[in-house]
Amino acid sequence: MRLTIPGIALVAGFALMIFAVLTFNHPPVRAIERGAPGVGMQVEYNPSQLAALQKANMMPAILPAAAPGGPLAGNVYKNVQVLKNVPVGSFVRLMVSMTNWIAPQQGCGYCHVAGNFAADTKYTKVVARRMLQMTMAVNADYQTHVGAVGVTCYTCHRGNPVPVHWFSGPQPGMSVGVAESDMGKNLPAAAADFSSLPSDPFTPFLLGNPAPIRVEGTTALPTGNRQSIKQTDWTYALMMHYSTALGVNCAFCHNTRAFGDWSESTPQRVKAWYGLRMVRDLNLNYMVPLTPVFPADQRGPLGDVAKINCATCHLGVYKPMFGAKMAASFPELEGPSQVSATGSALSAPPMAPPMPMGTTAPATNGAKP
Amino acid sequence: MSEYQNIFTRVQIRGPLHEGVPVPRGAWNRGGTPFFSYLMGQIGNAQVGPVYLGSLGVASLVCGFIAIEIIGLNMWASVNWNPILFIRDLPWLALEPPAPSLGLSLPALNQGGWWIMAGFFLTASLILWWARMYQRARVLGLGTHTAWAFAAAIWLYLVLGFIRPILMGSWGEAPPFGIFPHLDWTVSFSLRYGNLYYDPFHMLSIVFLYGSVLLFAMHAATILAVSRFGGDREVEQTIDRGTASERAALFWRWTMGFNATMESIHRWAWWFAVLTPITGGIGILLTGTVVDNWFLWAIKHGVAAHYPHVYGPVTDPSAMQGVKS
Repeated sequence: MRLTIPGIALVAGFALMIFAVLTFNHPPVRAIERGAPGVGMQVEYNPSQLAALQKANMMPAILPAAAPGGPLAGNVYKNVQVLKNVPVGSFVRLMVSMTNWIAPQQGCGYCHVAGNFAADTKYTKVVARRMLQMTMAVNADYQTHVGAVGVTCYTCHRGNPVPVHWFSGPQPGMSVGVAESDMGKNLPAAAADFSSLPSDPFTPFLLGNPAPIRVEGTTALPTGNRQSIKQTDWTYALMMHYSTALGVNCAFCHNTRAFGDWSESTPQRVKAWYGLRMVRDLNLNYMVPLTPVFPADQRGPLGDVAKINCATCHLGVYKPMFGAKMAASFPELEGPSQVSATGSALSAPPMAPPMPMGTTAPATNGAKP
Repeated sequence: MSEYQNIFTRVQIRGPLHEGVPVPRGAWNRGGTPFFSYLMGQIGNAQVGPVYLGSLGVASLVCGFIAIEIIGLNMWASVNWNPILFIRDLPWLALEPPAPSLGLSLPALNQGGWWIMAGFFLTASLILWWARMYQRARVLGLGTHTAWAFAAAIWLYLVLGFIRPILMGSWGEAPPFGIFPHLDWTVSFSLRYGNLYYDPFHMLSIVFLYGSVLLFAMHAATILAVSRFGGDREVEQTIDRGTASERAALFWRWTMGFNATMESIHRWAWWFAVLTPITGGIGILLTGTVVDNWFLWAIKHGVAAHYPHVYGPVTDPSAMQGVKS
């Protein structure tokens, strides 16, 4: 049988059709206007995908509120440091809720030692205490980002001891010697929607002393902006993370004809600006200081602690759990402002936490220490 | 009945294999034994070869081979010589120019030196191939239109990877060698310099690009439509009445009142094609060197206007008093 052009075209067309049917979103697509009428500034949703997303981001059942009043937890239980002024009924409700939110399989024993709930023996309890402080700090100090919705442990944990999305430092590159050195990009990057953009846009931007995000020229003619195209790749990757973490496209915050122009942007861009500062603060003042508390197998490949990015809370939705006001049912998480207490809060976890069972370093070659 | 050979031809004409016109003295001989290919005959001339290589052709191929080797081996090294990852991730892999902080210096090989070397050999390969095209056209007694059209493409290539980086003072401004990475580069380029769509030379380049497509479609459709009257043999018909050529001209004169001639249509097409990279290259060259933000430039000169606000004023929070940044 001879190959013919129509034959080749037929096979290619068929392959293309199979590819399209298997990978393309099928219509309808719902477009939501984000800007002035007629300018095509719109966020697009596929209703079939949205249904699954809504199902995966439901608010869990909330325990009924405890009767008001009663003695304070700090006077009833030993070693209560953060919630000592919470009435005991609300305290127990919160503890049970935390178990449901974070360790539904493992139960109280995930953090507490059976028979001695006051003990700080398990690292998970030390972490949980700090995370309570962090939750309260977000609700008190970052109204600019979380607004009236607020956050609870469930916002990130969703029934998992470790939230699904987090980041750790970049994997070292694979090339060695005289070959091109690792550029931190040009491999399929999960953080940037599997583009070839930088694979870790988090470490430079979501920790202290951040790299510049604003690269675009701010004047028509050159006036000394030396930000490079390469630097723009990093901003671009961070923005791809924003986009995938929130399940939106660029037009949710930006008018794409002038990304840098605030007057062309939506108010959500301001929310995101505060969110970035919030995540930096949380990583720097809450997560990084916990590094020695976590056992090695709970850290990233480079030994650094798991850190927060946008997807940690948002999980593909523009507002976590589509803006369900879950925190309103837990007023004890509103918490006092932690801004002035940041310094002391840092020293709040007990120093030199005991190593959890079974994580002692194995003896090497029988050599004596 | 036979038809002339084109992509829709169902009949292939095969005469005796022929070498073509004799090559002049001092030149290489054409190489390779010519043969017939049924598949090639479906899309063009069924005879393949002989090919004229020449010293310029050999030099160009050697330089191109070196460039591809440098790029490919660096890509392969970036996945630790894993052959499966190399194939799977090939569209993502790239050879990057040096970091912007290295300016126009000659960096170490693993810090962008390979990129400079690959760029040198690829440029040498392109220019040698250009010279070969020019020379072949001259030897055949043709005009050099093809070579100059190719030169227009080389101009855009040189602006992107050589001229503009030198004016900007950094090799880091140049695009990487890689499939997805060079596409990401074009987006980052536009993001950094405030939206290339507001660059008037980019606009012109798009006009000529789309115009080329339109002209190509009009011309190709016209000739195919009159090929039943032998319209593909243009030249011998241009002065006769009632021929395919005249029908083609009349078709356009009747539908839009004006028609190109058999010669001028090819000038139209040539200039549109050539002006696409020429104007594009000018637009790239002005970006960053003369204009830093094309959107703001367009606002300043009344090309574009701000849209009406639908949310009330949205202002930069970092410019507000008392906000911790």
